[in-house]
Amino acid sequence: MNAGRDTYLWLAQRISAMILGIFVLAHLITILYVMRDNLSAADILSRTQGNVALMLFYGLFVLAVSVHAPIGLRAVLAEWFGLAGKAVDWSLLVLALMLAAWGFRAVWGVFVA
Amino acid sequence: MTSTSDKLTVRVWRGAADGEFRAYDVPRLPSQTVLDVVTHIQRAIDPNLSYRFACRVGMCGSCAMSVNGVARWTCRTHVDKVVDGNGELELGPLRNLPVIKDLVCDMRSFFDKWASARGYFHPTRNRTDDLERISPTSRARKRADAGVECIGCGVCYSSCDVVSWRPDYLGPAALNRAWTLINDVRDGGRAERIAAVAGDSGCHACHTHISCTERCPKGISPTASIAGLKRATALAALKGEL
Repeated sequence: MNAGRDTYLWLAQRISAMILGIFVLAHLITILYVMRDNLSAADILSRTQGNVALMLFYGLFVLAVSVHAPIGLRAVLAEWFGLAGKAVDWSLLVLALMLAAWGFRAVWGVFVA
Repeated sequence: MTSTSDKLTVRVWRGAADGEFRAYDVPRLPSQTVLDVVTHIQRAIDPNLSYRFACRVGMCGSCAMSVNGVARWTCRTHVDKVVDGNGELELGPLRNLPVIKDLVCDMRSFFDKWASARGYFHPTRNRTDDLERISPTSRARKRADAGVECIGCGVCYSSCDVVSWRPDYLGPAALNRAWTLINDVRDGGRAERIAAVAGDSGCHACHTHISCTERCPKGISPTASIAGLKRATALAALKGEL
């Protein structure tokens, strides 16, 4: 057990959960609101391209997901399957980086013209 | 006390990890406790039955068992409150602890974890020093008082799902004890205790299911104590003390 590392992971998961709690709600409300008039892909891109506020919102969203999901998965693996240790932690770090890379790629994809 | 003609059918775990429930018929009496039932079985029906008790008045914490699947102190549990609709009781050993025989568990891991959580007082004064003056209304003392009446019965430990998932998890009782000591201004072991209770085997493993609080026969909330430890350890980490 590494008390300092585990405590930081716990803090990171709680803070990312707070961010996600607000952001997921904003994300869902936005989707439901803007899709009332059957927006086309081109309509959506015209709103997202060059929209710095939207990029920052989803950039932080992706960051929170990349932090939150692997830490939660770490607890699930330990408690349901008895899997814990350095190999699991390194694998989850890779997963976090992959989530971040995929997420930022998607955010960038709808931002650039 | 007058006996009734009613009979109680009691299924009692016999054996160690490998064993079976065996049924006994026990006379139903007014104000009968579950411990009375077990004592009747051992004294009048089957002297080979093993169980633990000492004080019989809810002080010693030795008579806890699973009653119809729920961990309880049996000396203060009336049969009327727990008997099911068919007039049946099922008694087994506490969950999450190795069974030695029948209703007796090996409590070593439970108490060893109190030691691992630094659940013992670390004095800072000697006998020549003045007594520490502690206001009973101070915030820290109120927090300590809220958890200090634990009798170490193991009901919370037996009721905790996280203990069953993580065998190295310190458990509600040990963490509750650590929290009372962290709030004891006379204690000098705070830093080591904070380090001992932080992490995957400590307070951060708690899922806040609140089973410990729900089941504690003394009305203590280990969940609140663990939440206090989470705050204290997080602050210590942010200050670079972990």
